[in-house]
Amino acid sequence: MKHLLRHPLFALLLLIAWLLLMESVSPGAVLLGSLLALGGSWALASLALPRARLRRLAVLPGLMRDVLVEVVRSNNAVARIILNPKGGTTRRSGFVRIPLDMRDPYGLAALACILTATPGTVWAEYDAEEGTMLLHVLDLIDEAEWVFIVKQKWEQRLMEIFE
Amino acid sequence: MTQAVELPGWAALTVAVLLLSGAGLTLVGAVGLLRLKTFYERVHAPTLGTTLGIGCVLLASMLFFSLVQTRFILHEILIAVLVVITTPVTLMLLTRAALYRDQIEGTGAVPLPLHLSRGRNIDNQ
Repeated sequence: MKHLLRHPLFALLLLIAWLLLMESVSPGAVLLGSLLALGGSWALASLALPRARLRRLAVLPGLMRDVLVEVVRSNNAVARIILNPKGGTTRRSGFVRIPLDMRDPYGLAALACILTATPGTVWAEYDAEEGTMLLHVLDLIDEAEWVFIVKQKWEQRLMEIFE
Repeated sequence: MTQAVELPGWAALTVAVLLLSGAGLTLVGAVGLLRLKTFYERVHAPTLGTTLGIGCVLLASMLFFSLVQTRFILHEILIAVLVVITTPVTLMLLTRAALYRDQIEGTGAVPLPLHLSRGRNIDNQ
C-alpha cells in the first residue's frame, strides 16, 4: 500500500480538485478522479522530491489570515502609489538583502510565494551558501524594517510549520 | 443572464461592487505597468490584478451563480488556488531573468551576487 500511494495528501487534493471540476460525487467521477490522483502521485514520486515534514499545523490558519490581510493592505498601498499624480518622485524602490535562518526548501518556497504574491515585494534571488535572499521592494523606506518584517512576520512561523 | 433579474437587491449590489472593484484593481495594475519607470518596479503592478483583483471577481462569480442556481458553486476556489500558485512563479522567473542579465552586464543598478561582490571588495582593498 505504501508503494501504491506515495503522496497520499497530494493524491487527495487532486481527487478533490477533480470532483470540484466535475461538480459531482457520482461513482464514475470518483473512480476517474481516483485514477487520475493515483497517476498524479506516481508522477510526483518519480520526481524524487525531498520529504516535506509538516509540524505544528496549528500555526497555519493564523498565517493564512495574516497573508490575506497583508494582500489587501498592500493592494491598497500599491494602488495608491500607481495613482499618485506626482509619479513617485519622492518614492524610492530598491533591493534588500535579507539573511534567513530557514533552510527547508518547502518553507523557502512558501516564503517566496507569500512575498511575491503580496503586491509591492518580489523575491529576486536566494543564495543557498550564505542563506540570504534578495527582495525587491516597490516602496523602500527603511531596509532594516523589511528585514524585521520578513523575519518576524513570516519566517518565524514558516519555520514552526516546516522545520 | 436573464436570471439576474430574480436576484435580491442586496446580492445584486454586493456582486456589482465586488466585480467593479476587481476590475478596477486590475485596471490600476495595467495603468501601473505603463506609468512605473523601471522593469523591477513594473513587475509589481500586475500583482494587483492577480491577487485582490481576481479574488473579488471570483467571489462575485461564486455569489452570483450560487444564488441563481441555489446551490454552492465552488469552481472558483480551484481558479484561485491555481492563480496563487502560478503567478509568483512567473513573476519570479521574469525578475530573476532580468536580474541575471543586469548582473552579467554590470549596469550597476542591481546588487551583484554575494560571491562576486565580495571578490570586488577584496580587489578594492
